[in-house]
Amino acid sequence: MTLKRSAAITGIGEMRPSRSPDGKSTLGIWTEVAREAILDAGLTTPEIDGLLVAPPITEQAAMWPSILGEYLNIHPGYGNVVDLGGASACGMVWRAAAAIQSGLCRAVLCVTGEASDVETFYAPRAPRARRPVQQLPYREFEVPYGPMGVNSGYALIAMRHMHEHGTTGRQLAKIAVDQRTNACANPDALYYGKQITVDDVLASPLVVDPLHLLEIVRPCTGGAAIVVVAPDLAGAAPRAPVWLLGAAEASRGIMLSQFDTITTSPIAICAPRALEMAGVAHGDIDLISVYDCYTITVLITLEDAGFCPKGKGGPFVEEHDLTYAGDLPLNTHGGQLSFGQPGLAGGMSHVTEAVRQLQGRAGKRQVRDCELAFVNGNGGIMSEQVSLVLGT
Amino acid sequence: MPTDGYRKPLPVPSPETRRFWEGCRKHELWLPYCRACGQFYFYPRDFCPRCFGWDIEWRQASGRGKIYTFAIQYRAWHPGWAEETPYITALVELEEGPRLFTNIVGIEADPRKVRCDMPVEVAWDDVSAEISLPKFRPVG
Ligand SMILES: [Zn+2]
Repeated sequence: MTLKRSAAITGIGEMRPSRSPDGKSTLGIWTEVAREAILDAGLTTPEIDGLLVAPPITEQAAMWPSILGEYLNIHPGYGNVVDLGGASACGMVWRAAAAIQSGLCRAVLCVTGEASDVETFYAPRAPRARRPVQQLPYREFEVPYGPMGVNSGYALIAMRHMHEHGTTGRQLAKIAVDQRTNACANPDALYYGKQITVDDVLASPLVVDPLHLLEIVRPCTGGAAIVVVAPDLAGAAPRAPVWLLGAAEASRGIMLSQFDTITTSPIAICAPRALEMAGVAHGDIDLISVYDCYTITVLITLEDAGFCPKGKGGPFVEEHDLTYAGDLPLNTHGGQLSFGQPGLAGGMSHVTEAVRQLQGRAGKRQVRDCELAFVNGNGGIMSEQVSLVLGT
Repeated sequence: MPTDGYRKPLPVPSPETRRFWEGCRKHELWLPYCRACGQFYFYPRDFCPRCFGWDIEWRQASGRGKIYTFAIQYRAWHPGWAEETPYITALVELEEGPRLFTNIVGIEADPRKVRCDMPVEVAWDDVSAEISLPKFRPVG
């Protein structure tokens, strides 16, 4: 069983991230990016027969596919919420392909996006009064000790990685700097035109030691959508289709205390499977487009996906130029660290950027002869992982 | 809900976890133990997550362990901690095997003083009439 060339991405839509919603609703953002993606794919709404939606982080409701489907007047034969945190977008790609391969549908619209605010997202917040709270293990055994959301979890991982492998803050900062260089070639990036240095990163405030402000993702407003279609529709698409060549998923739960090790992630399981399905080797990959909620996420992803030996991520990122013009182009749109993280659309930005690069429409930051991309989505605290290989 | 001025989230014991919190209230660390696997596990469930067996018992742990990893919180998300930064969150690995998310106390929140694999012992924090939180402090 393989998903290789079972479906292709033929359309993308992405909103330029902004620091605040400015009156926009999540539903309005979804509509904007959905329209753009459907038009990009050369389709019309009646042709969309599959709908995957990632739940907004800051809004609670049930039946999102029904809400969005009604709003857009799309009535799919296959609809689902994909709730894998930051891995949701990559999870949508292979779920769409699997549904297409099984004959459930032929054109799947995958939608992500969020109206949230850069300034207030991390502000201290009082628990909402009288809201009934489910008895979940992390609420009972972690929250009473004052973690600052997932910031604490990634800091705990980074500290242990430094302890086991001698990884330095300077090495981690290099990732943020190279991605910022990429963002400075992307006018849509939230931090376009604001180059930073390693010293800037290390001089930025420690939020949760060892994580500095400039190596922590900034939630913002934005959205992204893609259209995944069956091979026959891909052949008729206005743009060169971007094929799914390999996909695999691996999960290990949600609480760090439950993992045998926190310095190796399930990427070590799913990345090799995705590469094997695609039949490609690391050296064949032209673009690495991987989830980057923190610098440590990227470093561990490079190790666990096999781009360098375990524990050698620090020297590896120092030795390579991760910019669009470099020898190892990585997160050429700036990554979430510099492009912005509009909720779960942050994870979609790695997919849309891979599509742009593979279609040769990345503008100033175009990677030369880009034919194969490794894409990874990461959810929770490096717990939920989806690896994809996309190609022309 | 706390009425004594404690402004942080409190654990709400469930039927599966009540035995753990009862022990904590007596300043004793009790953990679930799988008789089939011969191993401790945490957090509490009515079954062993390793073998899915239901032949479990509760055993008292030594309260000793080491810091698997730690982080220093310079900012708090919940207002209950706003006046206490910086403080230390950590995963402590108990002698019996399981790891607990906790706070390290009794040492300055300074990364030059705290280190991974540092030996620690349980330090009880009586936060309400019902709840004592197991925190950990360096040994010696
Ligand atoms: Zn067992």
